[in-house]
Amino acid sequence: MANPALQRPDMPPPQPTETKKVSDVVPIAAAAPILRGSNSELGDRIFKFCMLLCGLAVLGTLGLIVYELVLRSGPSWHAFGLKFFAGHDWDPVNEKFGAMPFVYGTLVSSFLALLVAVPLSIGVAVFTTEMCPPVLRGPLSFFVELLAAIPSVVYGLWAIFVLVPILSNYVQPFLSKTLSWTGFFDGPPYGISMLAAGIILAVMIIPIISSITREVMMVVPQHQREAALALGATRWEMIRVGVLRNARAGIMGGIILGLGRALGETMAVTMVIGNRPEIAKSLFAPGYTMASVLANEFSEATGDVYLSALIEIGLALFLVTIVVNALARFLVWTVTRGQPASAHA
Amino acid sequence: MPDRDKLSTQRTVPDIALHRRVIDHVMTGVAVLTVVLVLAPLFAIFAYLIYRGVGSINWAFLTQTPRPVGEAGGGMANAIVGSAFILALASVLGVPIGVGAGVYLAEFGTNRFGDAIRFTADVLNGVPSIVIGIVAYAIVVLSQRHFSALAGGVALAIMMIPTITRTTEEMLLLVPQALREAAYGLGIPRWRTTLSITLRTATSGVITGIMLAFARVAGETAPLLFTAFGNQFWNLRADQPTAALPLQIFSYAISPYDEWHRQAWAGALVLIVLIVGAVAAVRFAVRRGTFGAA
Repeated sequence: MANPALQRPDMPPPQPTETKKVSDVVPIAAAAPILRGSNSELGDRIFKFCMLLCGLAVLGTLGLIVYELVLRSGPSWHAFGLKFFAGHDWDPVNEKFGAMPFVYGTLVSSFLALLVAVPLSIGVAVFTTEMCPPVLRGPLSFFVELLAAIPSVVYGLWAIFVLVPILSNYVQPFLSKTLSWTGFFDGPPYGISMLAAGIILAVMIIPIISSITREVMMVVPQHQREAALALGATRWEMIRVGVLRNARAGIMGGIILGLGRALGETMAVTMVIGNRPEIAKSLFAPGYTMASVLANEFSEATGDVYLSALIEIGLALFLVTIVVNALARFLVWTVTRGQPASAHA
Repeated sequence: MPDRDKLSTQRTVPDIALHRRVIDHVMTGVAVLTVVLVLAPLFAIFAYLIYRGVGSINWAFLTQTPRPVGEAGGGMANAIVGSAFILALASVLGVPIGVGAGVYLAEFGTNRFGDAIRFTADVLNGVPSIVIGIVAYAIVVLSQRHFSALAGGVALAIMMIPTITRTTEEMLLLVPQALREAAYGLGIPRWRTTLSITLRTATSGVITGIMLAFARVAGETAPLLFTAFGNQFWNLRADQPTAALPLQIFSYAISPYDEWHRQAWAGALVLIVLIVGAVAAVRFAVRRGTFGAA
């Protein structure tokens, strides 16, 4: 206490508190609650409330989507019931609506896409995580991600002017010559077809499947690989036994996530599938998907039943993608949350 | 390997049977083949965009509105501006809500309610864009009784929110807890800590998340089909139908006219350049530190 008294003549008034920093810790700590009590508690409450509102907005958006879809698909539901999804006729003039051809087109084009995309995506993921020189790893994953950044309408544009001509000039004649006995590759090679839709969808979902596959493969512990190699496995055997088998639930999740994307994809498919509500065995025939019929007919739909039939298709699409996505996330989660591999053996 | 040195042959791979080695090499080849097959469309798309697009972009394309069928010339200026307008509306609506929800999850979200929001955001992320278009139609278009830029903005905002929310949360959780505690220790109130310290530290990450969401919706066509609807003329009113670049590309691509196909390629090239350019510009700005706290 002697020092400040001595220095008081030279020092300006704030200085003493400055020099007594350490001994003042207790008074400052005691002052803090007073500060908080005055206005910052109120500030905190307001802040938390605002952030909570934003969080509620997320919940509210989903609620609103469900509410609007259910409410506005009502007339169609009352008119057709469950038979809506079994009916083959899509006749806006006579107000007869059956969604079967669209459901069929969505399922077939999506599964076709998976058939093409799954082996390719897994191959790319295996190559980037296990085989390629470290220098290439970055650029390769960048390129694959770039594939995900291309807008759907640009895929469609490319598909119309590049993919479809290739299909009709080279691929379809070849397939119908060699495989027409299966019945899947019959008919005139117009290019615009279920096949074209499946292929362009495959290109679009490859980045998702392959990035998730890569992610879950990297989670597989290094000692699994080392153990396989120590037992004398070749590199491929190590990948098959040590990596792919351990990551398979997560890979399945990635595949299902890709399926979810394929089911809801609209523009590229609409541009190449031909938009004809028919069910044909041949993949060369045009088709129609749930998303495409919405894209083509929604803004021109006249009459309440027509509009609500379209919204009911939207509702169905919504429900299917939610179930598919939830399943996929659960599967990925089981792998990335570090569960023992034996849990899903 | 000839057995001039028996020991070393034993030490290397003597008992791996030939067929296993062959399979190993074959699978390596297959993996390389898949990479080639996957990258081929990517390069083909960019090559065609440049090949067909560059020749079609000229001053008229960037400054004029579409001409009627049969007249040469004309451009997509109104669609480029319209897209920017709709995206601005979407960002104004979507960014604050997305960031706010992300802050809530990171700072107050360690409870069941937070889990519910997280799950909802993930679900929203998977909803097909065309379905979001229907909802924006039902909410905005039906109440306004006509198509509008605002409806398009609402649709795109709904698509932006989940991405922004999840990346914001992730980025804020990366900020060390010690920074928050240091701020509390100085007596700074929690809201101030979150805004000026946590969020500020994570700014570049949060902005990257926003740009990811932006890039994702910038090329979206499906949700705009029956919300913004498209327009042959200039429009900068939020309550009127507005042209958008993806819509214009779509309608020109499926048209039967060569001139319009040419313009569709040009539009696609402009769209890609704008998306990549916007993302790169913001990244650059963030790195230079021109942006303050969000």
